[in-house]
Amino acid sequence: MPKNKNGVLLQVQDVHVDFGVLKALNGVSLDIQAGEILAIIGPNGAGKTSLVNAINGFYRPTRGHIFFAGQDLTKLRPHQIAALGIARTFQNVALFKGMTVLDNLMIGRNLKMNSHFLSQGIYWGLAQKEEINHREAVERIIDWLEIEHIRKIPAGMLPYGLQKRVELGRALAAEPKLLLLDEPMAGMNLEEKEDIVRFILDANEELGITIALIEHDMGVVMDISDRVIVLDYGEKIAEGTPEEIRYQERVIKAYLGSPARK
Amino acid sequence: MIFFFEVFIGGLMVGIMYSLIALGFVLIYKSSGIFNFAQGDMTLLAALALVGFLNIFPLWLAILATLLMMVGLALIVEAIVLRPLIARPPLVLFMATIGLGFLLQGIGQGIWGTDPKGLHIGLSDIPFEIKGLLISQFDLAGAALSGSLVLILVWFFQKSKTGRALRAVSDDHEAALSVGIPLRKAWAITWAIAGIVALVAGIMWGSRLGVQFSLSLIALKALPVLILGGVDSIPGAIIAGLIVGAAENLAEVFLGPYVGGGIQTFFPYLLALFVLWFKPYGMYGREIIERV
Amino acid sequence: MIYRECGVFKASYQEDMAIFPIPLDKWGVILILVIAVFIVPLLANEYWLGSILIPFLVFSLAALGLNFLTGYAGQLSLGHAAFMAVGAYSALILYGRYDVPLIFSLLGGGLISAAVGGVFGIPSLRIKGFYLAVSTLAAQFVIEWILTHWKWVSGGVFGTVDTPPMKILGWPIDTPLKKYYLVLCIVIPLTIFGKNLVRGQLGRAWMAIRDMDIAAEIIGISLFRNKLMAFLISAFYAGVAGGLITFAYYGAANIEAFNIMVSFHLLGMVIIGGMGSVLGSFLGGGFITLLPIFINQFARALGIPLKTDLLACLDLLIFGGLIIIFLIVEPYGLARLWQTLKEKLRLWPFPY
Repeated sequence: MPKNKNGVLLQVQDVHVDFGVLKALNGVSLDIQAGEILAIIGPNGAGKTSLVNAINGFYRPTRGHIFFAGQDLTKLRPHQIAALGIARTFQNVALFKGMTVLDNLMIGRNLKMNSHFLSQGIYWGLAQKEEINHREAVERIIDWLEIEHIRKIPAGMLPYGLQKRVELGRALAAEPKLLLLDEPMAGMNLEEKEDIVRFILDANEELGITIALIEHDMGVVMDISDRVIVLDYGEKIAEGTPEEIRYQERVIKAYLGSPARK
Repeated sequence: MIFFFEVFIGGLMVGIMYSLIALGFVLIYKSSGIFNFAQGDMTLLAALALVGFLNIFPLWLAILATLLMMVGLALIVEAIVLRPLIARPPLVLFMATIGLGFLLQGIGQGIWGTDPKGLHIGLSDIPFEIKGLLISQFDLAGAALSGSLVLILVWFFQKSKTGRALRAVSDDHEAALSVGIPLRKAWAITWAIAGIVALVAGIMWGSRLGVQFSLSLIALKALPVLILGGVDSIPGAIIAGLIVGAAENLAEVFLGPYVGGGIQTFFPYLLALFVLWFKPYGMYGREIIERV
Repeated sequence: MIYRECGVFKASYQEDMAIFPIPLDKWGVILILVIAVFIVPLLANEYWLGSILIPFLVFSLAALGLNFLTGYAGQLSLGHAAFMAVGAYSALILYGRYDVPLIFSLLGGGLISAAVGGVFGIPSLRIKGFYLAVSTLAAQFVIEWILTHWKWVSGGVFGTVDTPPMKILGWPIDTPLKKYYLVLCIVIPLTIFGKNLVRGQLGRAWMAIRDMDIAAEIIGISLFRNKLMAFLISAFYAGVAGGLITFAYYGAANIEAFNIMVSFHLLGMVIIGGMGSVLGSFLGGGFITLLPIFINQFARALGIPLKTDLLACLDLLIFGGLIIIFLIVEPYGLARLWQTLKEKLRLWPFPY
């Protein structure tokens, strides 16, 4: 299916994020096209997670702006940014460990739920109907991700690979326009990786979700991304299709370092 | 004007004594990451024990006996309460110290009863004059003693080898273990020090107010000092103690009559809240940077 | 297998999401309700109704309120008894001075308490951890002072203010039995409401904030709104409980009845009973309320006479000791122990 590339969904304009003297991001600009899969790569400490944190509103840029579907994100709080249609998974799985898988996914529907607390307390009636509707939506995701067998298990007790999958489910439950994935395959074996890749591709192609993913596995990056952005020391050092950036000298140097002086 | 200074200085001196109690909290927090809610009850226990020992021993022996008791208590607490809870989140440990506080109260009451007792260690309450200001001799001695203890503790933690090791422990238990610092021994030392601080505070406050239940409530007074200064800052505890002591006294004397009095109890809390709104970790507390 | 979880199949999401999906649970709760409403009044004497069951129910309600805030939403509150006090005095003023009907006075007391709770919840938007815990003590001391010094509230009396005799639509509530029913009529619906809240979206939002508030905010949960709701609702429950305990038990309002020790007792109920559990609030409430009585009866059975002093000291020892023991052994309290027991019964008599 041809990608629906109608224009720019997210614009990062000259964003700086400072922590005192430490510059996590030093003037990064990039665009994310609607419908694409964009990979963000770079050595450790390059600022990849900081970039995603800035988009989410967790870090406030000291300079620069971020626009999503026309809106300036830099003044908004994280939950307001999420409400615009941005969902995320985290590098160190941020599931709510005390809640079941089902509850984690249901809380992912939070932005779609509108019932007032009073009707929730009474439950029978409006709130119950809403709960059932959202339960149905969540069950579709559970089905899709093949995690029916662990629905009622507290998230904290799951093996790492499944936790990552559940986290993906929680992000999808919000029906986002843009999905930010921070190392979604870290620590997985080959089989698990193939599964996640499949889910990511399906989310992009079937559900039309734009995906930005931070990833270290170059094989995956080359395989599935439409475009790649390379960061190093808080700056963008390359941008283009996987083929274009693959052999660029700056990129190789960033990963492998320069040869030692003789 | 003179009156203002008297109230102010009186407040400062009470403040030093608050600092001392707050310091007990800070020490335990700095070395183990545990917020010891039972500090006030430890103070009361120390005072009760001292009064009890004074009935049989001369002053110096009684103080020694109480000291040994407090250190022994610290070791027991470390073994029975802290060790089983090593891996738990800080809030759980905090709640455990709340339970510990009640336990200590029960022990104190059980052994020594609940009637208020006097603690006389030879300090008189007659005020003396400096340049026209009336200063209580008692408060002065208290401030001097507390102040010296504070200086000793600051030196200990900043300069001595053991002190530095203890600070490493508070920063990161596992890292400290990996460089060979014995965690449990460190905890035992800090709690013992906190016990000593409790003893001195108990002597000071017990002599001032009499040894009774309300003594453990003094710790509740020290809490706003703690959050104002920052729970992991020794200078913070000192400065905040002075501020709270002075502000509390001034507020009670000058604002109190307009609103019916008795505002010392809550005024420090409002002051702390005000500052916390702008500095959520206290004036000098270390900000906890959270990462995702 | 007495307690069966398997063989219970759900044909619809509705059934699966019912408040008690396992039939044995459901019938168990219905049985308890039937006993509470019909059987207990027949069997229990006035002492039990008036001096044991009423405080048990009311303090459990207050503990439930605290559980919302501390157990579910993870915001430690050390001064919760103060909100009970606000509810108590407000209900007293509404009923005694303005002739508002009794039930409305009690609920009104809850609403006023909720508003006050909301105000003291504002710091939680910026302050966290120990700093927040200590800040909640501000509520305890500020409210204590206001209620005793603000003439309009205290009526200039530095002590007890008796409650006027209770009447609903002209019908006097003067016997322990009637008071018991009054308490049931309020506690049961509020408990059901609370249970529905915590298993719904608000409860999930609270638990998300408790487990990882940054992640929660990033996925779209408003920390401000939900924390505020936690303070509002938990203070409401405490306020209603405060009014109830004043009217139906103490018969008089005295600020001393809501001092810092009571705040710690409420916290103990939540810890021992089970944080994040509706059942736990009642188990903890019952446990703490009945503890002094048990100690007394136990000692008497052993033939050891207990003076009040010794009783008080034992009370402290056991209270403190239990908090520590539960935190070490079963941090999710009696409620989790109960769940574990049920699970063992699943397999009984085939333990393996």
